[in-house]
Amino acid sequence: MSHDFAPLPDLPPPAASVGAIGWLRRNLFSNAINSLLTLFAIYLLATLLPPLINWLFVKADWIGDSRDACTSGGACWVFVSARFSTFMYGFFPESETWRINLIYIALIACMVPLFIEGFRHKVKLGLFVIFIFPIFGFILLFGGVFGLEQTETSQWGGLTLTLLLASVGCVAALPLGIILALGRQATNMPAVKSMCVLFIEFWRGVPLITVLFMSSVMLPLFLPEGVSFDKLLRALIGITLFQSAYIAEVVRGGLQAIPKGQYEAADALGLSYWKKMGLIILPQALKIVIPGIVNTFIALFKDTTLVIIVGLLDVLGMVQNALNDPNWLGYSTEGYVFTAFVFWIFCFTMSRYSQSLERKLHTGHKR
Amino acid sequence: MNFKRISVLTATATVGLMIAGSASAGATFDAVKKKGFVQCGVSTGLPGFSATDDKGNWKGIDVDACRAVAAALFGDASKVKYTPLNAKERFTALQSGEVDMLPRNTTWTYTRDTSLGLNFAGVNYYDGQGFMVSKKLGVKSAKELSGAAVCIQAGTTTELNLADYFRANKMEYKAITYDSSDETVKAFEAGRCDMLTSDQSQLYALRIKLSDPSSAIVLPEIISKEPLGPVVRQGDDEWFNLVRWSLFAQINAEEAGVTMKNVDEMMKSADPNIRRILGIEGVKGEFLGVEDKWAYNIIKQVGNYGEMFERNVGEGSALKISRGLNALWNKGGIQYAPPIR
Repeated sequence: MSHDFAPLPDLPPPAASVGAIGWLRRNLFSNAINSLLTLFAIYLLATLLPPLINWLFVKADWIGDSRDACTSGGACWVFVSARFSTFMYGFFPESETWRINLIYIALIACMVPLFIEGFRHKVKLGLFVIFIFPIFGFILLFGGVFGLEQTETSQWGGLTLTLLLASVGCVAALPLGIILALGRQATNMPAVKSMCVLFIEFWRGVPLITVLFMSSVMLPLFLPEGVSFDKLLRALIGITLFQSAYIAEVVRGGLQAIPKGQYEAADALGLSYWKKMGLIILPQALKIVIPGIVNTFIALFKDTTLVIIVGLLDVLGMVQNALNDPNWLGYSTEGYVFTAFVFWIFCFTMSRYSQSLERKLHTGHKR
Repeated sequence: MNFKRISVLTATATVGLMIAGSASAGATFDAVKKKGFVQCGVSTGLPGFSATDDKGNWKGIDVDACRAVAAALFGDASKVKYTPLNAKERFTALQSGEVDMLPRNTTWTYTRDTSLGLNFAGVNYYDGQGFMVSKKLGVKSAKELSGAAVCIQAGTTTELNLADYFRANKMEYKAITYDSSDETVKAFEAGRCDMLTSDQSQLYALRIKLSDPSSAIVLPEIISKEPLGPVVRQGDDEWFNLVRWSLFAQINAEEAGVTMKNVDEMMKSADPNIRRILGIEGVKGEFLGVEDKWAYNIIKQVGNYGEMFERNVGEGSALKISRGLNALWNKGGIQYAPPIR
């Protein structure tokens, strides 16, 4: 009678190498230096976190409408809630803020389908968001037609202004940047090439703050009398030109990363220059540079706060202005924490979106 | 734009002066009247001078300067639009016509009055640089502070005044500069400096920012003259007159005891001075190009100088600044306006 061979059950792995302990040993205490660093980090967290949480949440004051409500010694979020509408809408007339809300809602309604897998009309919707939506948004914001009360750009402020500056800067700078990058690569057109190089190097060589400052302080002196350019428009043009130079360089990086064979294959097929670029090169190049483009967008989003130098009050400007209200003196920490939080939400969302875009467009080109 | 103008601009730009080639002459008054509002250049935020309230409305003594002009010209103090301006761009904004008047806590100095193509229409606040020290030091005068570490905001005339003062008194000091007032006050609170120096009007605001305002005192010494007032472009005397007399009307009204509350009663007053101020007899509004009730409108809607002061920076505000130099000339201060007659 044959005897089936039945191996003894495996011994369990050593207790110290599995489970929570194993993880700790592998990741936090793998050697003496790591152990020391871990202990140091724990010490830091233990000393910093409790007071921070205490200040931010536990001892904070949330309800009220004046500084008298802030008595418990923690953060005074009453300051933020009392002035929330000015942080969001700037000087927009209170009765008209529904227009800004409508823009936000419409924008979100347009964006959501873009994220849904399998939605069919993505291209159409995307084109709508880029080309038609800004007109719709501008009409709502500016008014003056369809019985809407006309507002002035000086009344635009707060987060609305921040988003306006950032979105116009991104949407207008991307096509301009791509054209500039292509121009810089056009070796057979020396005039175009040198103009693009000149443009890019000029705008990349000056700080944004200088651009804004010049547009606000010097430009009016050179304009003929009586001609005055809207301050916001000046800032927008400055930001767009500045941003396009950066985008151009990022896109150029993508163009250079495409193997020469792709260009030659397109030429061999007899495609014209624009078809070659539009169908073969750019789709691949742009896909590679998504992280770079989003990176410059995030940088731009944060750079928009510099418009305070020309007296445009974006969300940070409105917060700083509120800090000078005699009734709210001394709550600068709360104001800046709030602003940082707002910026973090937007920048983090952008970065997550770019990552999901990368995953979706991933066709095995990544290493 | 002709070549001459370009070359003038280029030249002035190079030397860092900003002179508007030919500031629009005489046109401001008419232009303002035609468009129906005053474009007012204010600070992006300065406690008591210009800041927004919870609803986003501009409040402050500088803001009221514009409201007074609007009240005189249109009979409606709300016909003002505000342009928040940075210290660096303020003069260009005025020169280029972006704003009609600039009450932006701007110190009246020789250079600014003579070389920028601008005129100061008056003084709505006599300020001066002062010191704030911690109460613990037990110091009564800045002269006892030789060798002290001083917190200041960089890039202001404050720095120069401080250097002058200490050199004149043969004392040593160590300057610690910060970029913003919030940083300055935090450094002072953390004990990184013994005293903090700034314009006195701002010291009171900075003191409120301390977690315990009563732990610091403002010393009596004033080491510089900082007369702040509304600025207009040169070349339109009508407009200049209106801005100047809107302020003078407020000061005269305080002197005569006419207030926001009693101004309607005062219309029946027999006092010839009051009757002249309120435009009932004697002088005519047309000298300024406005209606006879112009001063009445200012006082009714903005208040007299004292009321404006107390409401924005004095007892009625969180700042609680005493009148000091800004009291009337017959009450120990130097606010003095030519008579309306």
